[in-house]
Amino acid sequence: MNISVLSPDKEFFTGEIDSVKVPGVSGEFEVLKNHAPIVSALNAGAVTIKKKGGDTLVFKIKRGFIEVLSNQVSLLVQGIEES
Amino acid sequence: MGANLKEVRERITSVKSTQQITKAMKMVSASKLRRAQDAITSMRPYAQKLNEILRNIISNADQDEGSAFGQEREIDRVLIVCVTSNRGLAGAFNTNVIKAARALLDSKYADQFSNNKVDILPIGKKGYDFFRKGIPAGNIISDHVALFSDLSFDHIVEVPDMIMDRFLKGGYDAVEVCYGRFKNAAVQYAEAAHFLPVQRSLKKDVEDKLKADYIFEPDQQALLKELIPSILRTQFHSYLLDTHASEHGARMTAMDKATENADELLQDLKLSYNKARQEAITSELSEIVGGAAALEG
Repeated sequence: MNISVLSPDKEFFTGEIDSVKVPGVSGEFEVLKNHAPIVSALNAGAVTIKKKGGDTLVFKIKRGFIEVLSNQVSLLVQGIEES
Repeated sequence: MGANLKEVRERITSVKSTQQITKAMKMVSASKLRRAQDAITSMRPYAQKLNEILRNIISNADQDEGSAFGQEREIDRVLIVCVTSNRGLAGAFNTNVIKAARALLDSKYADQFSNNKVDILPIGKKGYDFFRKGIPAGNIISDHVALFSDLSFDHIVEVPDMIMDRFLKGGYDAVEVCYGRFKNAAVQYAEAAHFLPVQRSLKKDVEDKLKADYIFEPDQQALLKELIPSILRTQFHSYLLDTHASEHGARMTAMDKATENADELLQDLKLSYNKARQEAITSELSEIVGGAAALEG
């Protein structure tokens, strides 16, 4: 599963991942492989990405959107803060 | 003759030092331009994806309820955002942007303008300096003149948020942005772009092939409500980044021309300097020869 994390200023992260957990407006949810196509708005909160190979990447966002379509995740976020 | 020679020499020195400055400014602008262009390119994937998601939602939406940002009202109060640079010496760049704003005041919004119903929000010092003189102070929003010093998204986002907020509350019925559109290093246009209300054209070119079976969270209309402000923010950001790149493009061209002109001027000056020098030598020689001849005779 591929992800690209985009902010208005730069491409924050792209790569192969196992899962990503995001703060959706109707509750936090996790996207795994073969997730159904979804578009969701995101609240402020923490995003957790589990990279392929076991590393995790955690960062905070102010708001954003996520789109998942055939194992391609696009995360559009504003106000990234690495923690 | 001697005084003339000295004058020309001094002018040559002064033209040379001016040329050095213009050359340096050209180089500086060239490197800043590259960075400004990078900023535009690095924003592009985000903006594209955002638009893609918007099209996805619209193509899957059963009906279009129309967003609050697309509301067309009778135009009473207008906001014109005028994005210029902080510094001059960029050819006609700032003048053109200001002209575009003036043209709006004089034609499209002439009625509102004569009733003092047009507010100006200058970003960048040049536009502020211009409008401060011709427009009542109450119609100028001068809080964001210095915005140009840092164009990162998080820094500028308060301005589009403020504008959208006022539009929604009915403070403004139309918002226009005058800025320098960046085409390439040599070509920039001053352009007046319609910012609010959002125009419908955005929504027409929907392709059916985008119809994937999406889950929408929370639902399509709520998503649109979130998406459209995001797109407007990005749009506003791109106006600023474009102007920034245009400024440096324009300055680069202007300074390149100035350096060339200085070269021409130097050539002319050198020619007249050498002429004057030779004349001086010739007359000195003929004086010596004349003097020697007088002694011998």
